[in-house]
Amino acid sequence: MLALNNIEVIYDGIILVLKGASLNVREGGITTLLGANGAGKSTTLKAISGLLRSERGEVTKGSIEFHGERVDRLPPHEIVRRGIVQVFEGRRVFEHLTAEENLIAGAHVVSDVRRVREGIERVYEYFPRLKERRAVQAGYLSGGEQQMLVIGRALMSRPRVMLLDEPSLGLAPMLVEEIFGIVQRLNREEELTVLLVEQNATLALTIAEHGYVMENGRIVLEGSADALRENADIKEFYLGLTEVGARKSYRDVKHYKRRKRWLS
Amino acid sequence: MVDWQFFALLLSNGVLIGLMYSLIALGFVLVYKATDAINFAQGEFVMIAGFLVAVALGAYGAPLWLAVALALAVMIAFGFGLERVMLRPLIGRPIVAVIMATIGLAAILRGFGPLMWGAETKPLPLPIPDEPIVWGPFFIPPIQLLGAGVSLLFLAIFGWFFLRSRQGIAMRAVADSQQVAMAMGVNVERYFALAWAMTGIVSALGGLIWGNLLGVDVHLALVGFKVFPVVILGGLDSIPGAIIGGLIVGIVENVAAGYIDPWVGGGTKDFAPYVLMILALMIRPYGIFGKQIIERV
Repeated sequence: MLALNNIEVIYDGIILVLKGASLNVREGGITTLLGANGAGKSTTLKAISGLLRSERGEVTKGSIEFHGERVDRLPPHEIVRRGIVQVFEGRRVFEHLTAEENLIAGAHVVSDVRRVREGIERVYEYFPRLKERRAVQAGYLSGGEQQMLVIGRALMSRPRVMLLDEPSLGLAPMLVEEIFGIVQRLNREEELTVLLVEQNATLALTIAEHGYVMENGRIVLEGSADALRENADIKEFYLGLTEVGARKSYRDVKHYKRRKRWLS
Repeated sequence: MVDWQFFALLLSNGVLIGLMYSLIALGFVLVYKATDAINFAQGEFVMIAGFLVAVALGAYGAPLWLAVALALAVMIAFGFGLERVMLRPLIGRPIVAVIMATIGLAAILRGFGPLMWGAETKPLPLPIPDEPIVWGPFFIPPIQLLGAGVSLLFLAIFGWFFLRSRQGIAMRAVADSQQVAMAMGVNVERYFALAWAMTGIVSALGGLIWGNLLGVDVHLALVGFKVFPVVILGGLDSIPGAIIGGLIVGIVENVAAGYIDPWVGGGTKDFAPYVLMILALMIRPYGIFGKQIIERV
């Protein structure tokens, strides 16, 4: 449904960030994009949502297609209208707006006021805590509440695809579990397609059914989540496990350092 | 005259003048709120609008409603055009670039007005009586009453717009973070244009009222300088702040002029607001109502 074909992204006309990345997001599924810092994961999401241009980046080669239509030349508001919405990493709420005003702002592309109301109620159903805090300035919400708010806000545009950038960043493990649970529910109950970018590979691979691994602006590995979980390289580099499956101990730090096979 | 009567007179005058400052400050606040740009050409906007009305009335003999409608239309179009031509290319550039651009614009407009319509002071007559309304100790010129009324009306309208309407919420969202607003499907450029057009409306009204009060020539633009103490006292991005800031500046300059001028021989009116502004900057740099930078700990 959403396909990136061999795209290349250049920032400022000179910095090559994505070097021909291709990936396919399956309708109704959760696809995850893993990779280390600076691999180009967030850039990939911004290329899809059309927000690259606000950072002086540009898709210079390849194409992005959504339901067979090329969307890589469209401005961001047109992409939201087509049903793709991005949730930034780092809980970027509108700080000076109340929680509810954040939701209203999220429904900007929905013109029918009644549907905006419904949307707000729907978000409150998924995130009851936001309802209690609806009149609070979003800047004063706790980290977990802010993460819920940005996901809820993105839901307000009635998206088909949600691009979710590191929802676990800086949150307590219990909250992360809660939020991932809700993402799974949204995927099942609202038939929301999710492209999840994560550093926390263990978690991402438990809720996703398909995954891609990105390094240095290229997709280096792809497969079903189960296959990726069993992949020795993934275990070593992203899950922190040695080949036997035991957790690595700092007592034997002088272990044989595995080479990333996909780099050779 | 009894002392308290004198004081009441200064006070009432200050309140009315202050509200008229608020109107112009509102134009400044609208742009700052939505686009984070500091518009140094606010006074020049008012001057151009004043010229438009005065010339339409004087040189072409247009009826007042037509002159005002014309000024409104031209100023709105000017706001839209300005965003398109001058400000859009500056999106994503450092804020200083926008500031310098508006300073340049101010200079251009100050030259353009007299060049186009002549440098002599033009009257801007309004069909309202000149004799002040005397009410107890108060001595109220009708134009000031009208100005204050128009001010309050538009402050209320724009206040409602920002607080309650969906477009107003979107505009505040844009002010908070342009990039996130874009990701929510807000057409940021359209909102920038809207903000400038709204400033055009406010400037047209300001030009009408201040033009009547001071006469229309290049010095009308100096009203714009009073905007700075007003918005710095009230907060750069706050509509209630524009009201309160305007009131404070109006009252302080009138009261100061009334009591200090006899001792120093005049001029107090022009510097008292700035003394206040500097004090405000030392104590509350974001103004009385300005948005505080939210930091969670």
